[in-house]
Amino acid sequence: MRVHFAVYARGLRRHSTYRAALVAGLITNSVFGAINAMVLLAVFSARPQINGYDASDAVTQVFVGQMLIAVTMIVNTGPSLDLAERIRTGEVANDLLRPVSLQGWCLSQDLGRATCGFLFRGVPTFLVGVVLFDVVAPYEIAGALAFSTSVVLAALVGFALRYLYSLCGFWMLDSRGVWAVAGLVGPILAGMILPLPLFPPAIGDLLRLLPWASMVQIPAEILLGKESLPGGGILSGLALQALWAAVLLGLGAWITATATRRVVIQGG
Amino acid sequence: MADTKDHAGTPGSGRPEPGSGRPGRVRYTATTLLRPFVDYRRLAWLWVRAFAQYPLSLVLMSLAVTVSVLTQVGAVVILFGHAGALAGFSVMEGLLVFGLASSAFGIADMFAGSVERLGNHIRSGTLDAMLIRPVSPLVQVAADEFSPRRLGKVVPALAILGVALSEVDVEWSAAKVGLPVLMVLSGTLICAAIWVITGCLQFFVADAREAANSLTYGGQALTEYPIAIYGQEVVRSVTYVVPLAFISWQPALLVLDRPDPLGMPEQLRYLGPVVAVLLCLCAALTWRFGLRHYRSTGS
Repeated sequence: MRVHFAVYARGLRRHSTYRAALVAGLITNSVFGAINAMVLLAVFSARPQINGYDASDAVTQVFVGQMLIAVTMIVNTGPSLDLAERIRTGEVANDLLRPVSLQGWCLSQDLGRATCGFLFRGVPTFLVGVVLFDVVAPYEIAGALAFSTSVVLAALVGFALRYLYSLCGFWMLDSRGVWAVAGLVGPILAGMILPLPLFPPAIGDLLRLLPWASMVQIPAEILLGKESLPGGGILSGLALQALWAAVLLGLGAWITATATRRVVIQGG
Repeated sequence: MADTKDHAGTPGSGRPEPGSGRPGRVRYTATTLLRPFVDYRRLAWLWVRAFAQYPLSLVLMSLAVTVSVLTQVGAVVILFGHAGALAGFSVMEGLLVFGLASSAFGIADMFAGSVERLGNHIRSGTLDAMLIRPVSPLVQVAADEFSPRRLGKVVPALAILGVALSEVDVEWSAAKVGLPVLMVLSGTLICAAIWVITGCLQFFVADAREAANSLTYGGQALTEYPIAIYGQEVVRSVTYVVPLAFISWQPALLVLDRPDPLGMPEQLRYLGPVVAVLLCLCAALTWRFGLRHYRSTGS
């Protein structure tokens, strides 16, 4: 556990040194948030209510999505875990020699990165939304607590998925194709391009149950306290996120074991 | 440009035969002018062959790009479906705007999108290697990692543009038929110029890439909808400061022959090609300026 904490702290420190990149990311996320928000505001000014969402709900979800980009890296169309490149080059052989599980090591490192991104890039992006638009912020303690838990779970789901994308490299040699698919299709499934309530209800409800929704749609609905959450409440929403985190991390551990037993790593 | 002069002096690069007179000179000028394009084609083909080494990744990446364009189209249709009309544009007219914007950005991204990785070249020192080769460094940077997967975006975008053009209520005359081609061309040039100009920022601020993305990809996201929905200030600034309005909005107004809903001057819609040429000049100057002030990292 101490090792994991040390790796976490290193991850946090490593990413906090790239200050200019954090500021640049903050600007980009805010600009995209503002563009999406203005498009949705135009739609909602023509029709004030769409499947239980109003303009303020939609704008809030847009900025929740932009805030969580720095946590879940959901929009990256290239590898956003070092592991992917290390598998391609064969350096992963070194990682496997460590007396720590590969997934635990990567998870600690990535959570460090996510913490840094959330604090210095995500939160400021959200504040831009609060200042410029009618974004709902968590004011009550219970709501804030539920939302923070949801963000942590989103980070876990985000990592678990990207870890699985990286593992594809063991079989495909080059996982860039998988990353491109994930980075382009993931945001749609997550409710990032359009909030899921704007989809036809049957499709929206189905997408809510998939793991990608746990990275944008579910956290947004938890913040807004919507009854459209799977199971009808905040707790069941959190439970769904926790379930996906557990299932995907378990799958990651199992595939890692299979890969290290069966696959010959490039370069020997 | 200095490197163009180098080409002219290189033996065997279309130097006229002695005593060949005027036709030789014309051919000489033509080869010098075409030289960057020939170089670009060679470098691009090299990268196509490199990407073909990982066929599964290439197919997946192309498909992913296509799927993402189609879902964006879906988003446009869904949003217009909920709202009925946005800024007085119907679904098909909205798709016309979308098709213009994504074709122009897609083509520009294919040919010049790699310029955004200039910072990587500076950091890793590969730009130094490019500077000593007898090919324009801009051509080398732009052709770097040229990927056929971007066709996955261009083809569906052009298809949507075609469908939208045939469905909208326009009286086609002989003069109007050439219009879409010209519009996509000037839109592409505007996008490519913006890509180069924002890429040049990385000569001065190495980490500027993501901030530049808010203008390039952000510009794309912005111009995919009739920009009147963003309000007067935004429309003014993307007309007079960063001329994104000439990519899809003004051309759409021209084709549909519609008065500007925000009351901007009607003449603006004819200015697309002029803006494109001016912006390309601007991009060339920025590139030269940036390259002059480039200092190697020394590694």
